[in-house]
Amino acid sequence: MTPRVRFGAFLAAGLAIVVLIAFLVSPSASSKPDGLERVAQDQGFSDEADDHALASSPTADYGVDGVDDDRMSTGLAGLIGVTVTFVLTGALFLAVRRRSGADGGDADHPARTSSPEGAAS
Amino acid sequence: MVPDRAPGRARSRVTSAIPNIGGANRWQLRTICSTVPTVHVPDGFIDGPTSVALGVVAAGGVGVALRRAGEELDERRVPLAGLTAAFVFAVQMVNFPVISGTSGHLLGGVLAAVLLGPWVGSLCVSVVITVQAVLFADGGLTALGINIVNMALVTALGGYLVFLLAKKVLPHTPGGVALASGIAASLGVVLASLAFSLEYAIGGSGGASATTVTASMVGVHVLIGIGEGVITGLTVSAVLASRPDLVWGARDLPAPVLEPSRTAA
Repeated sequence: MTPRVRFGAFLAAGLAIVVLIAFLVSPSASSKPDGLERVAQDQGFSDEADDHALASSPTADYGVDGVDDDRMSTGLAGLIGVTVTFVLTGALFLAVRRRSGADGGDADHPARTSSPEGAAS
Repeated sequence: MVPDRAPGRARSRVTSAIPNIGGANRWQLRTICSTVPTVHVPDGFIDGPTSVALGVVAAGGVGVALRRAGEELDERRVPLAGLTAAFVFAVQMVNFPVISGTSGHLLGGVLAAVLLGPWVGSLCVSVVITVQAVLFADGGLTALGINIVNMALVTALGGYLVFLLAKKVLPHTPGGVALASGIAASLGVVLASLAFSLEYAIGGSGGASATTVTASMVGVHVLIGIGEGVITGLTVSAVLASRPDLVWGARDLPAPVLEPSRTAA
């Protein structure tokens, strides 16, 4: 298999795209009710929703408290969200890998050319 | 009750300006006023016992996924999983219009499963859903199990089975893999809407007819599924074009198929 770009470059490009979507594109999202909300409204059970227990968190509803500009508020919330998600997911899988002891020693031999299952075996 | 908590934000100014009319709650007001409506199942839609049961199912599923994930991970897949989860979070924020006053957003389970394997993929989406519920008050805390089952487990595990079936009948090429991903992603959304409908039939509040809810949920999610399929197919294509070796669902493609440039040269 021939990777066309280096892994580091792939990750960097991917993260750049994620940041662009989270910060610049998300404030332009459609504000119409989504599929579930629409059905809940049409079928008359939307008022069954309880207030969220963390509704007063500083980033509730994808906005950052104290930021006046709506686009900036949503964009910053997006940035916070992708950063936290990236870090938590990375930490989770580092722990999973450590615990399962999968393919020990692989860290010393970055498998540039071998396939994932090849590296694991 | 509408908490007046963010004086700086237009959205909150609007919501706090509206009194509690006719029992309208924050969730409804948010529906009217919010600019980012990515919305998961809130507390209150599904009764306590059903929510607890789904919480147990979610915990069991996540537990199995945690045990199996090690098989799908090599060292590069840790940052790749972080990237995929962050991508799913970002794209979930971008609601796209479907029909008359209705939007939809990516669920991302099939995308994550095709890129990373079903176990790692389902865990990625579970992290996204948990972050959304805890940091962004999107998706009720008592409904966390429901949202993880519907949007992480049903899509990443169930959708991945659809992907495997579709891949069997499609050409063994990068294009075939991308198309299979798109088809599976579309059906994965419909499966998720069926899961919610089933939960509503068991423990739904508000007295709506389970049959009508199911028909409406499936109807609108067939349309949202088209968007999910397109986004998933395009994203898988982009990764296949640059780093085909990183796509879990394409790792059994014959090497020459993955290297059109080398065979052409």
